[in-house]
Amino acid sequence: MPIHTLQNNPYTTAMNKISIIIQREYLSRTKKKSFIVMTILGPVLMAALMIAPALVATLSDPKYSVAIVDDSDLFYTALVSTGNITFTPLDVHIDSAMVLIEDEVYDAVLHIPDIAFQSPASMRIFSRRTVNFEAKAHIESVLKNEFEGLKLTVKGIDPEVLMAVETPINIAAIRIDEAGQQAADHPVVRTGLGFLGGMMIYLFIFLFGYQVLRGVLEEKTNRIVEIIVSSVKPFQLMMGKILGVGLVGLTQFVIWVVFTFIIVFVVRSAFPEVFDFTPAQEVHITAAQSLNPDEMQRQIAQTQAENTFAGEIMEGLAAINFPVVLLAFLFYFLGGFLLYAALFAAIGSAVDSEDDTQQLMLPVTVPLIFSLVIMQSVLQNPDGPLAFWLSIIPFTSPIIMMIRIPFGVPYFDVALSAALLILGFIATTWLAGKIYRTGILMYGKKVTYAELWKWITYR
Amino acid sequence: MEYLFRAESVSKSYTGHKALSNVSVRVPEGCIFGLLGPNGAGKTTLIRIINQIIGPDEGSLLYRNEVLRPEHVHRIGYLPEERGLYKKMQVGEQAIYLAQLKGVPASKAKKMLREWFEKFDLLPWWNKKVEELSKGMAQKVQFIVTILHKPDLLIFDEPFSGFDPINVNLLKQEILNLRNNGATIIFSTHNMASVEELCDHIALINKSEKILDGNVRDIKNNYATNIFQVELSNLQQPLERLQGTRFEIISAHQQNGMLTARVQALHQGESNELIKALIPIGQVNAFYELVPNMNDIFIKTVTGKFPQQSSDYELSVHANSYLTE
Repeated sequence: MPIHTLQNNPYTTAMNKISIIIQREYLSRTKKKSFIVMTILGPVLMAALMIAPALVATLSDPKYSVAIVDDSDLFYTALVSTGNITFTPLDVHIDSAMVLIEDEVYDAVLHIPDIAFQSPASMRIFSRRTVNFEAKAHIESVLKNEFEGLKLTVKGIDPEVLMAVETPINIAAIRIDEAGQQAADHPVVRTGLGFLGGMMIYLFIFLFGYQVLRGVLEEKTNRIVEIIVSSVKPFQLMMGKILGVGLVGLTQFVIWVVFTFIIVFVVRSAFPEVFDFTPAQEVHITAAQSLNPDEMQRQIAQTQAENTFAGEIMEGLAAINFPVVLLAFLFYFLGGFLLYAALFAAIGSAVDSEDDTQQLMLPVTVPLIFSLVIMQSVLQNPDGPLAFWLSIIPFTSPIIMMIRIPFGVPYFDVALSAALLILGFIATTWLAGKIYRTGILMYGKKVTYAELWKWITYR
Repeated sequence: MEYLFRAESVSKSYTGHKALSNVSVRVPEGCIFGLLGPNGAGKTTLIRIINQIIGPDEGSLLYRNEVLRPEHVHRIGYLPEERGLYKKMQVGEQAIYLAQLKGVPASKAKKMLREWFEKFDLLPWWNKKVEELSKGMAQKVQFIVTILHKPDLLIFDEPFSGFDPINVNLLKQEILNLRNNGATIIFSTHNMASVEELCDHIALINKSEKILDGNVRDIKNNYATNIFQVELSNLQQPLERLQGTRFEIISAHQQNGMLTARVQALHQGESNELIKALIPIGQVNAFYELVPNMNDIFIKTVTGKFPQQSSDYELSVHANSYLTE
């Protein structure tokens, strides 16, 4: 007696089988040690990447102490201690000061001789070790200003006039959105996010697309494929594998995002001072609208002083519409993955070993690598014709559109690009299915493009 | 006759060459059907068409008088010639997976698999990875997976390759059991000895065409040479009395009062006449018809002549005992 009833609905049967295949593909990959390691290591690395710059800025610089022996008596007041460098004016002879660095009381001694004003090259900085680069640069820049001021005074120009001429330029970038509202722009953050998004799509497509290729090739070289295709249609096996691997990629991505946010949140709570910033944006806006030049300048100077780099980043991030970016990422990852994974599957089916994949891989990887190479140009002009066309063409759109998304993309572009991407992966999947069903059963034949075309045209 | 499976006028071409041309095969229900032919004859193509892995260009396929449909894969079990398993996957898990793809629910598959694993001494390997199994053990697992869903039609392509003699016997026994329990088996092989041993029907495919098919006994009789081997004792008359228009003595020698001889009947179906003629000559101890074996028939049909080395039938002609039946 048959142990199961013959399923009468072929559609349900097919779906059942695809889901059984997806399950195996998914579980066999997520149970692997390499997956677990990558899943844990990924967020740690990403969080480190996000936190490190802020940490480095505050933690890595030990205080650097510089003693000043100014025989000209002109610059003691100019050199004021900063966060990382302390200046100590010494009213001693340079020889006695040298003893102090030998005793390591100070890290360095700056000697400004009498003739410094006439001959700046006579100035020296002494240290037992290599002079701290940052301290040297700071001293040089301060002294340059002082020298210039002194020289102008000598030429008879009033320092008051000089102050009035000095004009700090910092153009506030304001975006006018579709509703006509003005908002501060954050080109640095948008560029960074676009780069990250495009890069992630590239990596995910390559990483997981190649996993599909390996999986198909494994089944072929294992010779299990003929057993499986006597139970399911080759197309079902191919789709099951592609979808299973795609789900693995999604899982990894979701875990990464969640973990990264958790780690960043924990670190931020633990070291709040690192991420301290003043929300300066409102000040900018009101300043821009007040139209009082003096008041504006004063406020800008103030906010600039209060603003930190980390603060600017945080503020920029706060201005990004993350749900939209994440949604776009999921769509373009899935669309791009499906498009490329089908091609990777076709390649895996057509060859006998991984060594033979090179020749066939080339045309598939070219658009991916091209997208990466062109990234810089797209970031510089995210609304230009190059960016537009590349974000419409299905083979480049997953990466290029992801770069454009943080800058804001017209709905029309997104809709067109999304529709074409969907058509694109349907087309590649159909094509790949044709190659796949012949390829998996073909052994010991060096495959050419002409051969592949024949496979596509088989009934 | 009730046919479980019929392929009618099936043709299949690949670019450049014809794999099957107008091949019709009828597999009677409940028999072991040998699908024979040299390498590259088109056997594998036909088997793949039956398994719906590829489609024919022309021709029709009928399963119990129904047009073959995708759902029928659940009624068929297939053990391909080139077969493997996922190396990194656990044995039990993998067997359940393959059973699920044949439509057996996981829980049911697990229960049945445990019984089969027990029977084939594989149970200790349930949680091991396939790469830890010996080739023979992996083949056993594949065999179990092929038959687990109790298919009505089993297709074995060179099932014995890779097995040691003990396991070959085990497998033969299982195949016969399956047949006795009502399954129909298509058995593709080059090993003519096992065809002789197992098959009830055969079809011979050469260069994409079917050149011979039918019941094994009928085929053998068609190739009969009407040569009989006789053993006589207690001789009353000389053997030469047989010589004449109906019989011809091919060879004879006597040892310890026992005469062994080969006699050819010049007309078809005269074995009884020969026995009658022998009775006055002496005590008939044995009487066999010497029939060419399947190997010779295979070679004769494919190349047009019986193999050279067995032209005198000494080496390869099988004794087909009438008396012992």
